[in-house]
Amino acid sequence: MELIQNIWEWLMNNILKMKWLEDGMGLLVTDVFHLSLEERIGQTIHFFLYDTIKIFILLMVFIGIVSYIQSYFPPERTKNILGKMKGIKGNIIGALLGTLTPFCSCSSIPIFIGFTVAGLPLGVTFSFLISSPLVDLASFMMLGTFFGFDIALYYVVVGLVLAVVGGSIIDKLHMESQIQDFVLELRSDGIESSKEEIKLTKRQRAIQAIREAFLILKRVYLYVLIGVGIGALIHNWIPTSFITTVLGEDNPFSVFIAAFISIPMYADIFGTLPIAEALLYKGVEMGTILTFMMGVTALSLPSLVLLHKVVKKKLLFVFIGIVTIGIIIIGYLFNFII
Amino acid sequence: MLIKVLGSGCSNCQKLEENTQKALAQLNINAKIEHVKDFVQIAKYGVMRTPALVVDEVVKVSGRVATVDEILAILKKTNN
Repeated sequence: MELIQNIWEWLMNNILKMKWLEDGMGLLVTDVFHLSLEERIGQTIHFFLYDTIKIFILLMVFIGIVSYIQSYFPPERTKNILGKMKGIKGNIIGALLGTLTPFCSCSSIPIFIGFTVAGLPLGVTFSFLISSPLVDLASFMMLGTFFGFDIALYYVVVGLVLAVVGGSIIDKLHMESQIQDFVLELRSDGIESSKEEIKLTKRQRAIQAIREAFLILKRVYLYVLIGVGIGALIHNWIPTSFITTVLGEDNPFSVFIAAFISIPMYADIFGTLPIAEALLYKGVEMGTILTFMMGVTALSLPSLVLLHKVVKKKLLFVFIGIVTIGIIIIGYLFNFII
Repeated sequence: MLIKVLGSGCSNCQKLEENTQKALAQLNINAKIEHVKDFVQIAKYGVMRTPALVVDEVVKVSGRVATVDEILAILKKTNN
């Protein structure tokens, strides 16, 4: 038993947490740059190098694996599966399938149109749209390596609950008339298209997945660098007392503040992880951090602008309201429990 | 032959257009490439993931950037 535990710990430290990288970068800072790890400059450079390289390695591996799995779940297939679902079951399956479909916000519009035209209930579509950017396999694995797999699991569960509940509320509000007219026209006219897509072999899927990982890396690397930069700033330069006053447990509004800072921000979860890590180091509570991460990933100005192309203002604000209230409740709940 | 690249103008769509141009140059086929950015038009092809490649109004590839070789194969098949 002890042996298994030792092996597990070794795996966690060396493969997932990359202790070797942390030590290696430490040596680089002290022996090559001749800076002390006891001082802030050295610490900042160490945090920046270690976190950037760690996130890039993890991203490549995880996104590669996840892209391969996802290639079996294109939105067309999701649409067909969801077409047969009714009521809350549709919301639950919609939220779950949202975790498996690719996470580019630029495809949310065609997916929304596709689902709506296929006659899926609005609530089911929203369950999917909430969970899709919020929860996915890659972010689960990244969260697991940064904060432990118990936290990652909680994150996934509350994210899914938010998607199911949010979608169900939108369903109950009967807001079909809030869909932009051109989408409804497409629905009544129907879509006739011809497709002759080639089925990919396993090998082609694998190559595709590796290529996809590189493309995603190219898309997110800037956000990751900015995220690590802000993380390093919080980690070593902003006084702990300031952070705890604003976001700490003694400030009853900490979760509200986290929500309102994070919502307009646009970044992948990968960019927010180093910030979250630094906040945790400074003693900010886990619930507040979850609210921050969920706010960044679930809602952002660019994605809302896109969504407004397919839904009218009232529904857009209902959506923003539900997600905002949801992530604030989640934050306080977590701070209370953990 | 009419070739359409569907996509909102993201970097993947541009890459697909580039690959298509390269394939066309190799084949010496006289074809027009049109870049469709309008959501309604894209939706009418039943495409849910961009970028997509449409040849003579038939969707051939969607949700990924096809390689030059792949496009070559598709174009050769359609041209015959």
